[in-house]
Amino acid sequence: MTGADVALSHVSWPLSRRIPWTLVVFLAAACVPFIGSRYDTFLGTQIAIEALFAVSLNLLLGTTGLVSFGHVAYFGIGAYACGILMKTYGVPFWVAFPAAGLAAALGALVFGYFCVRLSKIYFAMLTLAFSQIVWAICFKWNDVTGGDQGLPNIPYPDLDWMVLLPGLGHSSIADRFYLMTLALVALSLAAVWKITRSPFGRMLTSIRDNPERAAFIGLNVRAYELAAFVVAGAFAGLAGALFGIFNRGVFADYVFWAKSAEVMIMTILGGMNYFWGPPVGAFALVWLNQEITSYTEYWPFVLGAILLVLLYVFPGGIVGGVVAGYRYARHRLAAHRA
Amino acid sequence: MAASFLFSQFVGGLTTAMFLFLIASGLSLVFGVMRVINFAHGSFYMLGAYLAWQMVQWLHPSGETFWPAALFAAASVALLGAIIERVLLRFLYGREELYQLLFTYALVLILGDAAKYVWGTGQLSVSRPPILGGSIMLFGATVPLYNLFVMALGLAIAVGGWRMLSGTGAGRMVRAASYDREMLDALGANVGAIYTGMFAVSSFLAGLSGALVTPIVGIVPGMDVEIIVQAFIVVVIGGLGSFWGTFWGSLIYGQVLSFGILIFPGFSLFSVFALMAVILVVRPWGLLGRPIR
Repeated sequence: MTGADVALSHVSWPLSRRIPWTLVVFLAAACVPFIGSRYDTFLGTQIAIEALFAVSLNLLLGTTGLVSFGHVAYFGIGAYACGILMKTYGVPFWVAFPAAGLAAALGALVFGYFCVRLSKIYFAMLTLAFSQIVWAICFKWNDVTGGDQGLPNIPYPDLDWMVLLPGLGHSSIADRFYLMTLALVALSLAAVWKITRSPFGRMLTSIRDNPERAAFIGLNVRAYELAAFVVAGAFAGLAGALFGIFNRGVFADYVFWAKSAEVMIMTILGGMNYFWGPPVGAFALVWLNQEITSYTEYWPFVLGAILLVLLYVFPGGIVGGVVAGYRYARHRLAAHRA
Repeated sequence: MAASFLFSQFVGGLTTAMFLFLIASGLSLVFGVMRVINFAHGSFYMLGAYLAWQMVQWLHPSGETFWPAALFAAASVALLGAIIERVLLRFLYGREELYQLLFTYALVLILGDAAKYVWGTGQLSVSRPPILGGSIMLFGATVPLYNLFVMALGLAIAVGGWRMLSGTGAGRMVRAASYDREMLDALGANVGAIYTGMFAVSSFLAGLSGALVTPIVGIVPGMDVEIIVQAFIVVVIGGLGSFWGTFWGSLIYGQVLSFGILIFPGFSLFSVFALMAVILVVRPWGLLGRPIR
């Protein structure tokens, strides 16, 4: 049981308990193309994709306690797999999308096999080294990945059937892609939620809390960690596939370590002890990025500064801070009544 | 294949190896004593390179200004390292290792952009010090004197460092700190000062190697991450926290990189990755490392 469970089951007021907040958020997000500007839809697409990416990382970071500094490798593998299939081979999206997840999972299986054999600190180093290897391959393998030119002009999936849906008769392709992305991300998040609540997910959490004890009661810790690594890699690959189409191209930059930093900071900014922490972090960071990059090109500097503040002042992230504040308020209220 | 070609590949590999040793030894030392993986070690290396360039410009671009510039760069980076350890890093020792990793990661982001802000994104270069400007012929291959100097220096630092660690009182303290920090603390040693000192020495080595590399490769943004990944691979091969492991790891890395170009032209780094994978399967804790969990 993670902090979020404990917090919500004790804290919620009767009324707020009966409102399905998750559904409300997704329905509100689905209204963005109808009430917001094109720019809002653009941001919304990016936030949805980054949220899935961050949630996939948190499956390692928060759920299993594995610190991966190279999660971007699987995001990139997914992006390249989907891009190459759709652009070079003309494969339809509905085949290329799951194939991207599969390719990323395979990559995670190979690299993860080496990484989980080692202790935590080695694990962090190796994941970074492997992600730089993937980056070097993407950067140099001109024939397949386009090298430093990347793969521009990745086609949008064929979403013309959506015109038949009510209210979408005059929607732009970007709107339709946003709605499809939102639906796919919602399904993926639901799957990750199920996984973290399954017996398998509980095992991962027990490994996080006490690996020695988990091994002692007969759990094959390395196998579970590898499984978590592969599942997280697969979801990162799905996010990458969507990101490539969203950006109309796949470039070696996607696999660069700075992207790993970004998703890691999203996860911690939102709060890695909560399922909804990473999506909140994704929302905050994408918005912040838009605001800040209009003033300065030194975005990594800002990221580093945010990370320092988080480390020293708010280790629980945004959701952690809100939950703590909520508890405090309730506590004071209860004390006041009594 | 001509013997002279093979020999010049060998010498090239040896030069790479000695640079890598200078860098990776600092990384390995800090890990051995403090159990902290310093992602920012590559950033210190990069700062050393930029500071050396800056000092050469201030003093005089030609003439023997390279030596004081290199020393200045290394000393400044050592000072920066000591300040960072003293003011920021030490408050994280009691926390999970994730927080220490993230802290050094934040430094990478901040220092990388700071260097970009100050020195721009173009490539900078420093010419070789005139006294070592020449080259000699060895077995039919041309070997620059500067490369010979770097090799000799690397070897001297390896032997000197080993003598320091094994033979002097300070070295004993450092080794004791790596075994059991609390016990050493209880015995009245100033462990905080040892940690600061080690971090400064490690930063000094990073800054020095950054300064020394400037006559051979251009100074560009991004050199920090490139080198830290290579240093990680070296310590993975040799064994993290093992002094001689780092030394042999660098030598092997250098030769594999140098001769790998014959197998994978255009992508010699691939042979190094293959080597790392093999070592990870056979000895996950590295050639001379001890299993740590």
